[in-house]
Amino acid sequence: MVSALAVAETVTDPELPMITLADLGVLREVSEKDGHVVVSITPTYTGCPAMDTMRDDLLHALSRAGYGDVEVRMVLSPAWSTDWITEAGRQKLSDAGIAPPGAAPPGAAPRGPVRLTLTPPVRQVRCPRCGSADTESLSDFGPTACKALRRCRACQEPFEHVKEI
Amino acid sequence: MAFDNAFEALTDASDDSRWAFGTGFEDPLSGVDTSVPSGVDGSALAAYCLMLGDDALIFSHRLQQWCTNAPELEDEVAIANIGLDLLGQARLLFARAGKADGSGRSEDDFAFLRVEHEFRNVRLAELERGDFGQLIAVLLVFSTWRLALFSRLVDSEDAVLAAIAAKGIKELTYHRDYAARWAVRLGDGTEYSHERMQAGLGSAWPYVEELFAQHDVERRLGVPVPREEFDEVLSQVLEAATLTTPEVPPRAAVAGRTGRDGVHTEAMGFLLAELQSVARAYPGATW
Repeated sequence: MVSALAVAETVTDPELPMITLADLGVLREVSEKDGHVVVSITPTYTGCPAMDTMRDDLLHALSRAGYGDVEVRMVLSPAWSTDWITEAGRQKLSDAGIAPPGAAPPGAAPRGPVRLTLTPPVRQVRCPRCGSADTESLSDFGPTACKALRRCRACQEPFEHVKEI
Repeated sequence: MAFDNAFEALTDASDDSRWAFGTGFEDPLSGVDTSVPSGVDGSALAAYCLMLGDDALIFSHRLQQWCTNAPELEDEVAIANIGLDLLGQARLLFARAGKADGSGRSEDDFAFLRVEHEFRNVRLAELERGDFGQLIAVLLVFSTWRLALFSRLVDSEDAVLAAIAAKGIKELTYHRDYAARWAVRLGDGTEYSHERMQAGLGSAWPYVEELFAQHDVERRLGVPVPREEFDEVLSQVLEAATLTTPEVPPRAAVAGRTGRDGVHTEAMGFLLAELQSVARAYPGATW
């Protein structure tokens, strides 16, 4: 029998089917004791509508692999960061035409007020199609909560970028 | 998980039928330790989570009304995303409230089955949609205030509220930057855009005082009032935007009561009528 962890690690993101929940850093822990499997996942964004589907997908993958007694738990802290996306995950995103995130901003860490950024920060984001570094931001918000929109000035193609949080 | 079509995925997902409205059977805090820490007043904690959840839900609904109405597609997507983030925050806060007060009420109970005077959002959140200048003004005030508050709530004695705040900070930082950049672009733009932005600010400003009037529930929990940070950020944005702080009196309270006490403006009833229409017409409906 394949281990519960190995099964959970095959489950992909419902919105980004090229990447697994493990690659994304959403899958936090899988434990197995006397046939009872506990899977811990963390939400990317609080409003991410894919969370319910992720939970269902995990339950189904495990039940198909013979695990009948599965519990999916939500972990809120520490809050998910794009820094948790694995190297393999970044490569898969890039191969699918989605620019992976750079380093996450410090936010309020460790404590104190968050700095206002009136001028959009200049980010070194390479075009996932032609590789040019000459790209510009179109919007910090995109088709899903986790993505921003950019455009490549070299090949003129717009593309999505997993934004840093 | 591969399915041939979306319907197959839906029918396969669960044996249970789905709600026609709301969030179905999923508890966003499932598996999270929701016991109230000793020394924390559970009923005050629940009341406070409800206030913050109502702010998010009601303002999210206003933002959703911009769908198909925004000036550009990119901004429509941005406004919808901000609304979605706030809806997510509302879900967690409602779930926290239902656990903390021991009532076991679900997020759907809170969102769809309460009447107007039971909502505890600040009146700023419910303001009529207005024009884009007003939206940016309200969003700037709302997100600056909420971000300042959340960056203090990370130290909350309740670990669940602290975790919700820590998550929210990341989202609110994007919201505030979006609003602040638009405020500068419009304020420091043409004479006409400046005028509209300044007018928008004038519509939002009477509701600012209410954000910092400490409610009894906040006192009981020792929630700080982040007025100083709010004033600093706003003056930074207004200066860059060549805008001025409006000189308008605060919107009056009714016998000392405002949104936090369940006393709302005329706009609130219409908003709730829309928000709750399906749930009211088809109680407990499934599909």
